Amino acid sequence: MTATRLFGTLAHRAAILCFIAFALFPLYWLLKVSVTPNDLLYSEGVRMWPSRTTLDHFRFVLANSEFPRFFANSLIVSGSTALVSTVLAALMGYALSRFQFRGKLWLAALLLITQMFPLVMLVAPIFKILSPLGLTNSLTGLVIVYTAFNVPFASFLMQGFFDGIPSDLEQAAMIDGADRFTAFRHIILPLALPGVAATLGFVFTAAWSEMIFALMLISGSEKATFPVGLLTFVSKFSVDYGQMMAAGVLALIPACLFFLLIQRYLVQGMTAGAVKG
Amino acid sequence: MATMEIRSASKNYGTIRVLDDINLEIGDGEFIVLVGPSGCGKSTLLRMIAGLEEITGGEIRIDDKVMNALPPKARDIAMVFQSYALYPHMSVADNMSYSLRLRKTDKPTIAEKVRDASSKLGLDALLERKPKALSGGQRQRVAMGRAIVRQPKAFLFDEPLSNLDARLREQMRAEIRKLHRELGATSIYVTHDQVEAMTLADRIVAMHGGHIQQVGTPLELYDRPANLFVAGFIGSPGMNFLKGDIADRCLHLCDGRTIALPAEMPATMGEATLGIRPEHVVLSPAGETGLEATVELVEPTGHGIILHLTLAGSVFKVLTHDRRWLEPGASVSVSFPTDALHLFNAEGVRV
Repeated sequence: MTATRLFGTLAHRAAILCFIAFALFPLYWLLKVSVTPNDLLYSEGVRMWPSRTTLDHFRFVLANSEFPRFFANSLIVSGSTALVSTVLAALMGYALSRFQFRGKLWLAALLLITQMFPLVMLVAPIFKILSPLGLTNSLTGLVIVYTAFNVPFASFLMQGFFDGIPSDLEQAAMIDGADRFTAFRHIILPLALPGVAATLGFVFTAAWSEMIFALMLISGSEKATFPVGLLTFVSKFSVDYGQMMAAGVLALIPACLFFLLIQRYLVQGMTAGAVKG
Repeated sequence: MATMEIRSASKNYGTIRVLDDINLEIGDGEFIVLVGPSGCGKSTLLRMIAGLEEITGGEIRIDDKVMNALPPKARDIAMVFQSYALYPHMSVADNMSYSLRLRKTDKPTIAEKVRDASSKLGLDALLERKPKALSGGQRQRVAMGRAIVRQPKAFLFDEPLSNLDARLREQMRAEIRKLHRELGATSIYVTHDQVEAMTLADRIVAMHGGHIQQVGTPLELYDRPANLFVAGFIGSPGMNFLKGDIADRCLHLCDGRTIALPAEMPATMGEATLGIRPEHVVLSPAGETGLEATVELVEPTGHGIILHLTLAGSVFKVLTHDRRWLEPGASVSVSFPTDALHLFNAEGVRV
């Protein structure tokens, strides 16, 4: 009995370890290459850890490359996109969750259809639309495009969270003397914080790693975001893997920080105790 | 405190009419109970009064002011929900003071009113807790507290006790009644439980199929039900019905036996239903006066015994305090005091 249970526990833990190793190995490799000195990169063969490590790549990337600017651009674009998308998605999701209106089904279907198109198809038309408006080669243009692409899915995400909050709650608030929007702000939104956090996280990471539009709409390094900036480490004759990986490691930091910040809302079940059950 | 008037109000969901031609006047300080089976439209009517549902037709007035187009916040009413609907992220005190804070009441007044309400409801020790740390009964009290802090024109209750266990329900029922006597506020209470309706109401509004069936005091509905629905719904166990034809001042049952009718009832009227409450039936040993019936089932409740008999092919219940006839299969005689008989015509309307 105890033996089988022990075996079960071990197998369970081993499976989890395997999964973690599988999922994190590329990140580990990123880190490993970023601290490997250039002269050892090709000479040591495949090794789990280089015989000598260095932070030179990081130093170079931070001091001598344009990477800090790419990084700042990315932060601005992703942060704004996450904020704008989440506000819009919260309003949209609330409407989808609470109101019956004409054309609701069509609207939902339309939102879904936008998610089925390969984005590459839209690059040319969007460029055509944005360029007379002066929104190409601009961070604002990128924020608008990213917001447009992220709002549909984010709305469905938010709708799901709102659906989980009993409508008795805002009705009680409305009877207590709030109008619908006040009830939404005071009662529903605080309860939907886990959803807001999840949506922020989802949109932020989507914008952070987006490449196609950043590449097509931005020319020159002045406004480039970090995924585009990574390409500057690829020259005609060689790829500077060490610096590229160092930049990659640095790019992971904000995403990690962001999730650290919101993780407490992601796991919280705040509606417990609102109604019976 | 307020008077209320509902004039030929109706409600449609799409093409389905759920409430039809509802007329009701409610006096200042009156405790009205809307009672009926699920789906009868009683909650919808309550929510129309609250402003949570649109009114398809007719008018709802509070203090002689038409409310139809006003949002809930402009109606100055308080409501207790079946689910309690407490704000989970707020403490008990904040839950109760939310409506006052929305009205920008000053802090000392809020504190005083919350203290008043909480001492009335025995919530003093719980003011800092969040709803999830409360038991069902305590949540129920907080919901009531939230309603009474702001002294609204009227209280609406939407099945507030259905989530509580039987003992607690009994206790809260008495408390609601006591609270109403203290505050004297106009109240409308929705329930499907006829015992709650009987014990709480000044007047009961019995509803069925989107129509009002009868309005009256609890005893009026018990003593003189207007139709078969009310007769069967009010009272527990429910009224017995015997179908037959009336001729020669007798009800002729389908098995050929007859029941003599009192002089004030019509002598001839064809198809009819005779009603008698289980507690009014007189039992005697088999062979004595009355109709003979077989005991099918014996349900002791402690307070009395409910006998299920078979009479004229259908179940006939008798509530007795006598413990003699306890064996299923036994034969007994039942007879009916003439003043306890209710007669309904073929359409189910009281004669």
